Amino acid sequence: MNKGIVIEGMRKRYGTGDTAVDALKKVDMQVEPGEVVGLIGPSGSGKSTLLKSLGAVIDPSAGRMMLGGEVIYDEGWKAPDLRALRRDKIGFVFQAPYLIPFLDVTDNVALLPMLAGLPNGEARQRALDLLTALDVQHRARAMPSQLSGGEQQRVAIARGLVNRPPVILADEPTAPLDSERAMSVIRILNDMAKKYETAIIVVTHDEKIIPTFKRIYHIRDGVTHEEVGERRGFD
Amino acid sequence: MISLAGRDILNTWGKFIFTGIGLGLLIGVTLTMAGVYRGMVDDGKALLDNSGADLWVVQQDTLGPYAESSSINDDLYRSILSMPGVAEAANVTYLTMQVRQGRRDVRAMVVGVVAGSSGKPGWPPYLVAGRQITRSHYEAVADIATGFELGDRIQVRRNQYTVVGLTRRMVSSSGDPMVFIPLKDAQEVQFLKDNDAVLQQRRRTAENPMLNRPGVPGLLDAVIATQSSNPYVNAVLVRIRPGFSAEGIARPIRRWQRLTAYTRSQMEEILIGKLIATSSRQIGMFLVILAIVSAAIVAFIIYTLTMDKIREIAVLKLIGTRNRTIAAMIMQQAVVLGVIGFVVGKVTATFAAPYFPKYVLLMPLDSVTGFFAVLMICVLASLVAIRMALKVDPAEAIGG
Ligand SMILES: Nc1ncnc2c1ncn2[C@@H]1O[C@H](COP(=O)(O)OP(=O)(O)O)[C@@H](O)[C@H]1O
Ligand SMILES: [Mg+2]
Repeated sequence: MNKGIVIEGMRKRYGTGDTAVDALKKVDMQVEPGEVVGLIGPSGSGKSTLLKSLGAVIDPSAGRMMLGGEVIYDEGWKAPDLRALRRDKIGFVFQAPYLIPFLDVTDNVALLPMLAGLPNGEARQRALDLLTALDVQHRARAMPSQLSGGEQQRVAIARGLVNRPPVILADEPTAPLDSERAMSVIRILNDMAKKYETAIIVVTHDEKIIPTFKRIYHIRDGVTHEEVGERRGFD
Repeated sequence: MISLAGRDILNTWGKFIFTGIGLGLLIGVTLTMAGVYRGMVDDGKALLDNSGADLWVVQQDTLGPYAESSSINDDLYRSILSMPGVAEAANVTYLTMQVRQGRRDVRAMVVGVVAGSSGKPGWPPYLVAGRQITRSHYEAVADIATGFELGDRIQVRRNQYTVVGLTRRMVSSSGDPMVFIPLKDAQEVQFLKDNDAVLQQRRRTAENPMLNRPGVPGLLDAVIATQSSNPYVNAVLVRIRPGFSAEGIARPIRRWQRLTAYTRSQMEEILIGKLIATSSRQIGMFLVILAIVSAAIVAFIIYTLTMDKIREIAVLKLIGTRNRTIAAMIMQQAVVLGVIGFVVGKVTATFAAPYFPKYVLLMPLDSVTGFFAVLMICVLASLVAIRMALKVDPAEAIGG
C-alpha cells in the first residue's frame, strides 16, 4: 500500500445551484514516499483547490484521499480530527515563507513539535538539527525579519519537515528566489524526501525547476493527467 | 510549549508599553475618582469623630446642622445638660464662608465654640501647634489645610482674629478646612448686617413711638440691643456618660423639648446617605463611563493587534494549533495590557492623590476590586478579537 499520497476520483464543487463551480472534476494522483512530484497547471485550473483538499482545510465533494497510509476522506466520510492530522501528517511550504514574526528562527521551527507535545528542549534540538541540515543554523537565534528571502524559505522548509510528516505540500516554493537559490531549495526537498521517506508535491510555474521532477501531473479545468514519457529528474 | 502571547508582547513591547501607559492613566483617573468618593465619606466621618459628640441636638424636623440649616436658642443646652446621663452639652455654630488673610481668602467652615471650655464637644480634639482658644473674642484655631500659620491675622466678616492654634484633618463634610472662633463672635458673624442696614434699623426703631417712649428711659437702647444680638446657635453637641445609650437620651429630648436629636449612626446616615449621595452617584456615573472607555480602548487595541496577525493566525491554524491556544494568546495579551495599565494607574493615582485640593483616600480594597475589574474588562474586551481570530480560515494561509 502506498504510504505517501493517494487521490482517487476527487471532485470539488464550490457553491450550489446556478452559481456552482466545479473546481475539481476528476483528480487522480499517487505520490510514493521519497518522491518529489510536480503539479503544473494554468491559473484557475484548480491547483489551490487541490492543495487545500490535500491540506485538509476544505472538504472534497467526492472521491477518496489517503495520506501516510491513512484514509482522510472517503466519499463523504472524513477523518475526525483534521487539525491533529495537519499537525502530524502534513508539512506546508508556501510561496511566501509566512514565518511567525514574533518567534525566532529556532522557535518558528520548534513550535510544531511543541504543539504536538514534545518538551521544549527536545523540540528545539530537533529544530536545530534540521536547520543545520538546511545550512541556516548560524541564524538560529535571529528573528524572521532579519533573514534574507532564501534563508526565510529554508526556515519555512525546516518548519514543514520538522514533525517528519509523511506528506509535504509546497506551493510555489521557489517563486521569490533566483535560480541558484531555487535549485538549492529543490535539492533540499529531494534530499529530505529521500532521508525521511516523505511524499512531496510541488505546485509550480517555475520553468527553471520543472526539469528536475521525475514525474509531473498537469491539471486543466479540474482534471489531472500524468505527463507521459521518460523524464530526466533531479541530478 | 512556549508562551505565544509573551513572545508577541516582547516583539512589540513598545506598542504594549505605550498603550499600557495610556490605559494606565485612565485607570489612574478611575482609582482617583473612587478615592475622591472615599475621601468624601472619610471627611464626613472625620467631621463626626472630631466633633466629639454622641448626640446632635438640632431644630425640630431638620436634618441639621450639616445637611440642613438649623437654629435653636442658645440657652437650651442648660436643660439638656441637666438630664440624667448627659456628661456635657455645648452650643456650636457652623458657617461655611470665605476667610480673608492679607490679600487672599480661603473657603473654610467657621465653627463657633464656647470659649474657655476646651475639651467640650465641638472643640478640636488635638492641636498640631499652638494652643486652644482661651479668650472669648478674636482668637482662632485653624486647620493647617487653610494655609494659615500661628500668629496670622485673619478676617472673618468685619473682625480680625489671631491664629493661636493649628489642627489637622478638621474638615467639613465637603472637605473645607475648619476655623474655630469663640461662640459669641460666631453668633455675631451669622447675624451680622451691614452698617447701612444697622443704621436704618436703628432709625426705624427710634421712629416707632411704641418703642421710643420718652417716659421710659433705656427702653430704646434695650430694644436696639436685642435687635443686634443673636441668641441662636445651630446645634447642641451632647456627650453622654458611660453606661447610657445615646438613643435612650435622644428619645426624651425629642419628646419633651420639641427638638430633633441624632445619634452618631443616624448622623452618619444623613451625611453619607443624603448629603453626599448625589456626589457619589455622580462619581459612580464617571466610574461607569471610565470603565466603558477603558474597555473600548482595550478592545480596540487587542482587535488591531489581532488584525495585524490574521496571516500568522491562519498559518498557526493550518499547522495544527488549537483554537484554545490562539484564544489564550489573545486573552493573555489583553490581560498583560490590563496589568501594565493597572500598575501604571495605581502608581499615578498614589503620586497624584496628595496634590488634589480635597482629600483623596485610596483604599487598598478599592485597588483590589479595581484590579479584578480591570482583568474582567480586559478579558471581555478580548472576546471581540478572539471571535474574529476563531473565524479565520486556515485555508487562507494556502491562498488562492
Ligand atoms: N471559494 C471558492 N468559491 C467559489 N469558487 C472558487 C473558490 N475558490 C476557487 N474557486 C474557483 O475554482 C476554480 C479553481 O480555482 P483555484 O483552485 O484557485 O485554481 P488555481 O489555484 O489553479 O488558480 C476557479 O474557477 C475559481 O474561480
Ligand atoms: Mg491558485
